[in-house]
Amino acid sequence: MTAAARPSLRTQGQAPAGPTSRAQRRAKTAADVALLLIGACFVLPLLWLVLASLDTGAGHQTQLPHEVSLDNFAAVMTPGLLFRPLWNSMVLSAGTAAVNLVAAVLAAYPLSRYQSRFNRPFLYTILFATCLPITAIMVPVYGMFVQLKLLDSVPATIFFMATTTLPMAIWMMKNFMDAVPVSLEEAAWVDGASSLSALWAIVLPLMRQGLGVVFIFVFIQAWGNFFVPFVLLLSEERQPAAVSIFSFFGQHGAVAYGQLAAFSILYSVPVLALYVILAKGASSSFALSGAVKG
Amino acid sequence: MTVLRPRAASPTLRTQPRVRRWVRLLPVGPAVVLLLVFLAGPVLWAFHASFTNAALTGRNARSPGWVGLENYGRLLADPVLPLSLALTVLFVGGSAILGQNILGLVIAVLMRRARRGVLALVGTAVVAAWVLPEIVAAFAAYAYFSRDGTLNQLLGGIGLGQPDWLYSFPMVALMLANIWRGTAFSMLVYRAALNDVPAEVTEAALMDGASGWQRLAFITLPMIRGSIATNLMLITLQTLAVFTLIWVMTAGGPSNASTTLPVLAYQEAFKFGDIGYGTAVASVLILIGLVFGAAYVRLLRDTKP
Repeated sequence: MTAAARPSLRTQGQAPAGPTSRAQRRAKTAADVALLLIGACFVLPLLWLVLASLDTGAGHQTQLPHEVSLDNFAAVMTPGLLFRPLWNSMVLSAGTAAVNLVAAVLAAYPLSRYQSRFNRPFLYTILFATCLPITAIMVPVYGMFVQLKLLDSVPATIFFMATTTLPMAIWMMKNFMDAVPVSLEEAAWVDGASSLSALWAIVLPLMRQGLGVVFIFVFIQAWGNFFVPFVLLLSEERQPAAVSIFSFFGQHGAVAYGQLAAFSILYSVPVLALYVILAKGASSSFALSGAVKG
Repeated sequence: MTVLRPRAASPTLRTQPRVRRWVRLLPVGPAVVLLLVFLAGPVLWAFHASFTNAALTGRNARSPGWVGLENYGRLLADPVLPLSLALTVLFVGGSAILGQNILGLVIAVLMRRARRGVLALVGTAVVAAWVLPEIVAAFAAYAYFSRDGTLNQLLGGIGLGQPDWLYSFPMVALMLANIWRGTAFSMLVYRAALNDVPAEVTEAALMDGASGWQRLAFITLPMIRGSIATNLMLITLQTLAVFTLIWVMTAGGPSNASTTLPVLAYQEAFKFGDIGYGTAVASVLILIGLVFGAAYVRLLRDTKP
């Protein structure tokens, strides 16, 4: 379609304004109603979580509490039950995100800045690695950790978790780095700076937002990860909240659904907050633009 | 993908000695080491260990013996394997390819017509189920589908039967739960894709008298087919790997009625202590993942030369 034809089409479309706009408004309302129904279906399971956490006598049903109380929250807020597992989650997630960030920045720099025969095959391998179902390799990883005597080691678990998200992180990081113009570094090179000092002094400050996105993205994934620490961390004092919540309520769940819900909410709040930061800071389709569209 | 296009103004155009070229690639080193040790390592170890009788405890844990193809022979004879494969296909097909994909597209299309407030509200609800830690989502879904849970409250409210979903229809409950948990991803992909469809194209079709459905089927969908293929591939791989949701809701039961491949591999390795056999099951899953991964990479390479 030519540019000249467009305005005339627009005015044609607006000419019979009355009936079209009424039909459009009706379509709009229909879409609203359909969406609200779908949204209600998505909210229902979460509603139970919120109501049960405020109800000391909660069961599986969704019901308004007889009396709203924060007793469930008070009951789970003990060092052994909540704070130590949350601290373990924190160490695990922050460690994973930090390892990820360092390795991904270092790897993305040459991939983004220099042409080499090595780049394309490497990037395709990375993409391929993002497809590996991590659940599938947990049994072999356990076997490998037994042989290497790494079982129940927090650092080893951190390095493993960092590796599982590393392909995605490198991919996103390279896209963010590609967006920083190369001309600024060329000026630094002319002044005699090495490429790594140019990376540190010029590129990284310019892609602060991208670094934040990758860090939060990895942190959220690590925080919510259940299966990896469930398999690799055996002793209770090292387990993150995801695992401790499962083992505690696996034993006591039948009597303490309210506490389970309260624990779940306290454990979820950090990632919900981080997600809001992520969605606000980056554009609306935040990580997907880096992850899916390439 | 656009990022793979060679950069026009690259500093490499200056001639460099061969050594220098390798030095510049050094920073990739840590990432390569991590990927080799913790991803390639376990995959290779899996194929190796599946030929041994490695066990969780006892003598075979310390020094596993070579048993050749015995584990795979057992696997082929095991009546649980075909069941498990079928359940995995059902789970992926029903909850990802049909459920998440179509519902995600429907939500994204509806959102283009809806009012701004509704859009934000529903978007938040859908994304919330996705952002929550998986164990929390699994607990919420467990409570929702349990005998006296919310779903049966609703069904009872309109006078319908109240089956014990997790016991009588475990796969139905699991598939619905996975649709609830994962649709946000497809929704986000399709919202981004629909935003990239130029308005002139649909406007032109509107002028030619095409109805809403016709525009969607003949104009919009063909234009975003790249995103559809990418999305299908990614949600298939994600759903293939789902473990926590199933483990919390049904633990593979009752009597293997919801034992998908990841659950089967875990049970054989850790519940029955047979690492070698569990690894053989995991190897099958890894192979399926590798095939899909290769297809995905090809797809991306072919759509954008």
